[in-house]
Amino acid sequence: MAVQSPPQAPRAKSSPDRRPTRIAFSQRLGRWDVKVSPYLYISPFFILFAITGLFPLLYTGYISVHQWHTLGGQGDFVGLENFAAVLDQTSFWKALRNTFSIFLLSSVPQVIAAIIIAAILNANLRAKTFWRMGVLLPYIVAPIAVGLIFGRIFADQYGLANGLLDLLGMGPIRWHSDVIPSHFAIATMVNFRWTGYNTLIFLAAMQAIPSDLYEAAIIDGAGRLRQFFSITIPQLRATIIFVVITSTIGGLQIFDEARAFDTQGTGGADKQWLTLTMYIHELGWGNQLNFGRAAAVAWLLFLIIVVIGIINFFITSKISTSGSRTPKKVKKGVKR
Amino acid sequence: MTSPTSLPVIAQTSGKAAAEWQRKRRRVSVGGTQRRPGWVTYLLLSLVILISIFPLYYVVLLASSDQVTISRSIIPSWIPQGNFFENIDKVFNGAIPVLKGFTNSLIIAVIQSVSVVIFSTLAGYSFAKLSFRGRGPLLVFVIATMAVPVQLGVVPLFIVMSQLGWSGKIIAVIVPGLVTAFGVFWMTQYLENALPYELVEAARVDGASMIRTFWHVAVPAARPAAAMLALFTFIGSWVNYFWPFIILNQQNPTLPMVTKLLQSGYHTDYSLIMAGVAISTAPLLVLFFLAGRQLVAGIMQGAVKG
Repeated sequence: MAVQSPPQAPRAKSSPDRRPTRIAFSQRLGRWDVKVSPYLYISPFFILFAITGLFPLLYTGYISVHQWHTLGGQGDFVGLENFAAVLDQTSFWKALRNTFSIFLLSSVPQVIAAIIIAAILNANLRAKTFWRMGVLLPYIVAPIAVGLIFGRIFADQYGLANGLLDLLGMGPIRWHSDVIPSHFAIATMVNFRWTGYNTLIFLAAMQAIPSDLYEAAIIDGAGRLRQFFSITIPQLRATIIFVVITSTIGGLQIFDEARAFDTQGTGGADKQWLTLTMYIHELGWGNQLNFGRAAAVAWLLFLIIVVIGIINFFITSKISTSGSRTPKKVKKGVKR
Repeated sequence: MTSPTSLPVIAQTSGKAAAEWQRKRRRVSVGGTQRRPGWVTYLLLSLVILISIFPLYYVVLLASSDQVTISRSIIPSWIPQGNFFENIDKVFNGAIPVLKGFTNSLIIAVIQSVSVVIFSTLAGYSFAKLSFRGRGPLLVFVIATMAVPVQLGVVPLFIVMSQLGWSGKIIAVIVPGLVTAFGVFWMTQYLENALPYELVEAARVDGASMIRTFWHVAVPAARPAAAMLALFTFIGSWVNYFWPFIILNQQNPTLPMVTKLLQSGYHTDYSLIMAGVAISTAPLLVLFFLAGRQLVAGIMQGAVKG
């Protein structure tokens, strides 16, 4: 059958002796085609990833144990000295504290708000697409732009937030000088951009919940709230974990919003909102010009992400083995 | 108490009683899709949408005002003023190369979208429908890399780009974004379900080569997912700040860099800063109104944060 195929004919050109070799050659070519093609198709990803993703990650480890000036280049091997130096700086611990604080202030309210909005959207609405698009609108605003907009809203003087507090008869909050208010302001930016996105993920999972569960609950006399907490939330468990994991990875990388929060972009006078990623930038390209230390912080951040990932993985697998009630459809949607 | 719904269903399978039961069922299912919600739902949703629109409206308000008015009041006016195009003009003709940033962002976003779609479709088809040694572990590897943030490798990436002489050029931004693990995973998932093995086999039996099978069988099947992936990649590329900010310079920026530069440049004139924000957001806003429906559908299918 392979002989009749038009695309293989031109390939056999090179064989001088026509008939018999052509069959053998095209067959061999076909077999070779089948064997090699899959690797050929996946190779662009792996080659490019190896150069721009994997190699830099490993090389970061190499740089982190060397003295390495940003402009001067590689220096002596210093072992764990960079790590020790970084762990000794108060800025590192402040950055770690800020990152976790901003991350918690953003992901916890975000997940709760997203579930509630999704529950509202899950009704049989008129103009469904309009509401869904409206919720998603903030997603297209660049984080740096979100930072600029909210930096103005949370300005210490003539800011919208303080103006609102003034209307309510409360004193102004020093968004740019106090630690927790600055974290709150930055977390609000993250929430603004991502709540709608997560809402749609929850909405998709909610629509996969079989409606007979609700019917049974209604016949058993469960009210709306009871249905929400006894059916919707348990059925969403896997999706909630998924959203928490993705927002953890995103939350540990916060940079744009915090950098646009004031004009300097260095995390505040007392490093009130310096994040770990900002700290990497400060070490490598800021005043210190120390690639060794920047790489050390990058590796520490990587370790933190891995540890949290492992914790997440164990929680997930524990829940998925105990909670076999989750319908297959939901699980699949979540894995994506 | 064995399944309470079954009894009435058996009792009323025909006639008026069945119709009555159907209606009751419809009224009863709260979590289902039958009942129309009341006005409270719409009120709550309107509130949510107001919150998501307001910051953008605030941008328009500030961008259409002027420096003096803004410095005196929190809200310059609830209705956009007349200075909008004047401010846009000022931003374009200022010291910061806005136009350059615009074209740079466009070039980077278009090239990356096209490249991600092509390479992801190729790899996704391979992972989903072809059998080869090491397929499982390699796919696991792809998925694992989705959790590794780009920032962890910035220092070596910067060194590599500098040594290639690409520092300050947009090719240094383009190359690391030519492929994404998310794209490969997305296409794999999609083709797994959307492309029947029978089609691939039929094409092979008819004597099509591997690449011909890919082109005539997999690519048409992958088209909807490819469009979605292009959309997500374009947005992700357009809003990206961290890496361009590190590797490019102020003379050759991308749009997010431009908006930040405006802030440090005219840090008192918010009308110009917000005009810059408007310039950088407008193209995605247009895209959103054209393809927002698909974007929603894409996320509902289970997109992962890029």
